[in-house]
Amino acid sequence: MTEGLGGSGYTTEYQAFARAGRGTPSWLDTIRQCAFQRFQALGFPTTKNEDWHFTSVAPIVEAAYPPRTAPGGDVKPADLAPFTFGASDWPTIVFVNGVFAPALSSLESLPEGVKVYDMASAFRASDSVVERHLSKFAAYELNTFTALNSAFVSDGAVVRIAKEFEVDRPIHILFVSDALAAKTQSNPRTLIVAERHSKATVIESYVATGEASYFTNAVTEVLLEDGANLSHLKIQRESPRAFHVGTIEAEQKRDSHYQSFSFATGAALSRTNIFTTLDGEGAGATLNGLYMLDGEQHCDHQTKIEHAQPNCFSRELYKGVLDGASHGVFNGKVYVDPIAQKTDGKQTNKVLLLSERAQVDTKPQLEIFADDVKCTHGATVGRVDETAAFYMKSRGINKELARRLLTYAFAAEVLETIEIDRVRQDLEQATLQRFTGIEVTSV
Amino acid sequence: MLEIKNLHASAGEKPILRGISLTVNAGEVHAVMGPNGSGKSTLAQVLAGHPAYEVTAGEVWYEGENLLELDPEERAQKGLFMAFQYPVEIPGVSNAYLLRSAYNEIRKSRGEDEVDPIDFLEIMEQKLQLVHMSDDMLQRSVNTGFSGGEKKRNEILQMAVLDPKLAILDETDSGLDIDALRIVAEGVNTMRRPDNATIVVTHYQRLLNYIVPDYVHVLANGRIVKSGGKELALELEARGYEGIGAPAARGNGEPGTGNRAVGQ
Repeated sequence: MTEGLGGSGYTTEYQAFARAGRGTPSWLDTIRQCAFQRFQALGFPTTKNEDWHFTSVAPIVEAAYPPRTAPGGDVKPADLAPFTFGASDWPTIVFVNGVFAPALSSLESLPEGVKVYDMASAFRASDSVVERHLSKFAAYELNTFTALNSAFVSDGAVVRIAKEFEVDRPIHILFVSDALAAKTQSNPRTLIVAERHSKATVIESYVATGEASYFTNAVTEVLLEDGANLSHLKIQRESPRAFHVGTIEAEQKRDSHYQSFSFATGAALSRTNIFTTLDGEGAGATLNGLYMLDGEQHCDHQTKIEHAQPNCFSRELYKGVLDGASHGVFNGKVYVDPIAQKTDGKQTNKVLLLSERAQVDTKPQLEIFADDVKCTHGATVGRVDETAAFYMKSRGINKELARRLLTYAFAAEVLETIEIDRVRQDLEQATLQRFTGIEVTSV
Repeated sequence: MLEIKNLHASAGEKPILRGISLTVNAGEVHAVMGPNGSGKSTLAQVLAGHPAYEVTAGEVWYEGENLLELDPEERAQKGLFMAFQYPVEIPGVSNAYLLRSAYNEIRKSRGEDEVDPIDFLEIMEQKLQLVHMSDDMLQRSVNTGFSGGEKKRNEILQMAVLDPKLAILDETDSGLDIDALRIVAEGVNTMRRPDNATIVVTHYQRLLNYIVPDYVHVLANGRIVKSGGKELALELEARGYEGIGAPAARGNGEPGTGNRAVGQ
């Protein structure tokens, strides 16, 4: 692979997109233009780039699926049932192939203090909150995929929680791709603003109703103001032939708590970036995740926690279950700035290999520039615990069920950290069925 | 019920059992005693089918079948049960689930219908009383965060639920205080019937005050050096293993007493 692959290949698409987008606010035009220039200058990363060492994006570059912005999709409400956690009362904003689908969304009875709307409307209305925050947390200067998303940004979700509001019901942002997404690219953009002392749960799902090959290039920006508490789950269940690159960048003010969970089982090739900056004293971040792969799947998680202020904490637990000839990558960076004294950080990454052909590359990366901090990290890669398997077999449980139960139990440890019962149970059920084909209720 | 003939087994290159012969009939309780490294826990684990041990010679017949040809789960399905010296912690799988799965696997292997969770809970209620455990134990992950005594009682609970023909207790008494020991012994005694049998592997005579054996066998260096009635245990108590010609195994670090590192 050569440097700067393919960056110029999008010029025609960009020019057409810019022409069609005439009349948009000038601040948005500026972002798109600057981002596109940056995208061209950066080009796609190669495996020589340290952050992409274990993940080749050549399949995405070679596929060269053009960005789409026009609506087009054939998704019925019933098609969404597998992805909505059986919760019809949750505020849900649905996008089909990257474009807002009002008929599938349920935003009529939003709780007081909550605003959920589509990015396209926000652009048309030159929404001041979006103008103030868009592109402020997810910088496109150094990240090709964020630059690409920003250049073609046209739709996505805006979620705002007003100060001091606590929202019980989770807010679900559901990006669905169907057969009509085939050979196209979508660049959904999400902005979540949790104002001071608010508390909410936002679920961001990327799912498919078919098995098309397409490319989702998502960017989500999150702001947690003072004392805000946001639980943010990203659920990636894309089509098995899809490419998915998703970046979440959060900025946290004083005493805020960001709880992130990344669940990834889909896509042929996926990369999830979850970055947060602890930019106020007393802030905390909890980043957990579970990825389960099979076949030839490749799934890369990069997390970055920047401790920019003193007395902040971070906790991180990522687990991977790899079967077949799948390839998992985990790279967890923790930066501690010189002034970030009394930082308390803990990172754990565990991988279970179910097959001889499965492969994992895992790298914790601590860069600490303050002297009074407590930071630990640990990584383990292993196979099913034979002692535990023998114990179960000696009770009459057959070999295969013992292995599956132990695999489930390995995954369940991190799923248990999901506080929303319906989501946790649904994901546990999905996990258990994948490994055992049995009901979860009594495990 | 069980016939062991000239059994030899090793862990890796190291021979541990060097010719054990033992016959256990229905209705009997046998105590297997011996110093550290004598091979008594290895005997228990070989009978259960632990993969860390290789049988190098000899035969084991159980209910007319060649036991050594059966997988561990088949042995369990045919009524063999070993209570572990070190019960294994399995975070994420509840006690209730493990027990119900085991119970149903055994029923399935006999061509019987599975029992649903509600009916199973009823069965559990009686068995829990037997070992003085409360039903919140059922929802906890298997042995995870259990005290030493709770783990051992949990083994006896499993035994009570699975109702084996042949139960092997591998140093179930080790590390138990007298109250826990009484509970465990009471559980075992309650299950004693003319149609089942028990092998009690122990280092100490103390347990045999509560579970009275029909026969006592003393192991040393992988062989049975002395067999007798229950009075042999008292003789051991009085004179020690050396006193009856059963010295501890030569050399330290023998994996005889269920060394946990083996097979991990």
